[in-house]
Amino acid sequence: MSNNHLKRTSLYVGGSSPSKMLDARFYHEDCIVYDLEDAVAATDKDAARFLIYQAVRCHRPPNKYVLIRVNGIYSDFIAEDLQAAVRARPDAIRLPKVERACEVQQIDAAITAIEAAAGIPLGQTELWCNIESPLGATNAKEIATASPRVVAMALGAEDYTASMGAQRSKAGWEIFYGRMQVLEACRLAGISAQDAVFSDINDAEGLQEDLKMTRGLGFDGKTVVHPRQIDLVNAAFTPTTKEIRNAMKVMEALQEGARNNTGVVVVDGSMVDKPMEIRAKTILAQAKAAGIETGEWLK
Amino acid sequence: MKIIKAAVAGTLESSDIRIMLCPREEHGIEIELDSVVKAQFGPAIEHTVKQALAEFDIQDAFVQLQDKGALDCVIKARMQCAICRACEITYDWTKEDAQNEQ
Repeated sequence: MSNNHLKRTSLYVGGSSPSKMLDARFYHEDCIVYDLEDAVAATDKDAARFLIYQAVRCHRPPNKYVLIRVNGIYSDFIAEDLQAAVRARPDAIRLPKVERACEVQQIDAAITAIEAAAGIPLGQTELWCNIESPLGATNAKEIATASPRVVAMALGAEDYTASMGAQRSKAGWEIFYGRMQVLEACRLAGISAQDAVFSDINDAEGLQEDLKMTRGLGFDGKTVVHPRQIDLVNAAFTPTTKEIRNAMKVMEALQEGARNNTGVVVVDGSMVDKPMEIRAKTILAQAKAAGIETGEWLK
Repeated sequence: MKIIKAAVAGTLESSDIRIMLCPREEHGIEIELDSVVKAQFGPAIEHTVKQALAEFDIQDAFVQLQDKGALDCVIKARMQCAICRACEITYDWTKEDAQNEQ
């Protein structure tokens, strides 16, 4: 799977239920996260490992970015989780409750050893780090650059809120600073920034409000816990026709300016500067990844 | 490998299979299958079960299967789990490397 694969939605699927794992193949999520952590009882971790391994090896969902969320770095399950998860050859391992860069490096080394033993190209297995505590958020920049395997980070809002002693609310002000710490670290490292789960699966309006903020801040995608959230989140992270047209206008104007050796390029009365060009390119890249025709502007 | 104790893996949910594995002293393999798709897939299910037992070199076992339409990969996963529990072993994941090379 390409590094440029769309990552608008990542859906958690518990590793205990074959029917849920099979159903998840048919939804529209960009990324599917087979979960060995919270969705699996401590007495059933062994069964979930076998099930996820077989499901990913034998029935890997086509055209989806596949992740396996393992148990925490300090849990009793992590060593065997990694043995199974890396060998299943997902696109990435999702690592919960990361707090320090050295933890990522430790997991990187363990993955490298398994890849070598299993004949998997070294470095193929990517990492998504979940930031779920104030310490993790404070160290987010170091975590984001701790290993070339790290391609995305996500805020785990429930654990983060609990460790902050805050109350979780729909407006999300209690996680605003944590969100920004994760987002800024991702942008500095050039990796994907994934927003926290919106827990109330029955509140579509609340999710829309949350998405407005998330998209406005600059996140690339959001984790979802229920299939009914997928289409709303995908729509929020797909550029609108108006945004795409504006972006194409900017790129056309820049091309025209380069042809005519014009120093300053103007679109709709506004001077096109470097940030506008970057925004236009980002929108066109997002549109292209979503399968929307954008012409040749990204070359 | 020898089965030490009775063990169960899987559930009775749709698309799953519940497998109970019991010790059986020197009487070979006995499989009891209950499945809504027994007529069509019974032999294939039994083949997957026997294959899993052979991979662990288990000669004697009583296997009770309550199938709810599980795919082959689910049957294999549940068998691997039941065997590890019944034999009280930790699975050696490097075994998968050899199988993937084939």
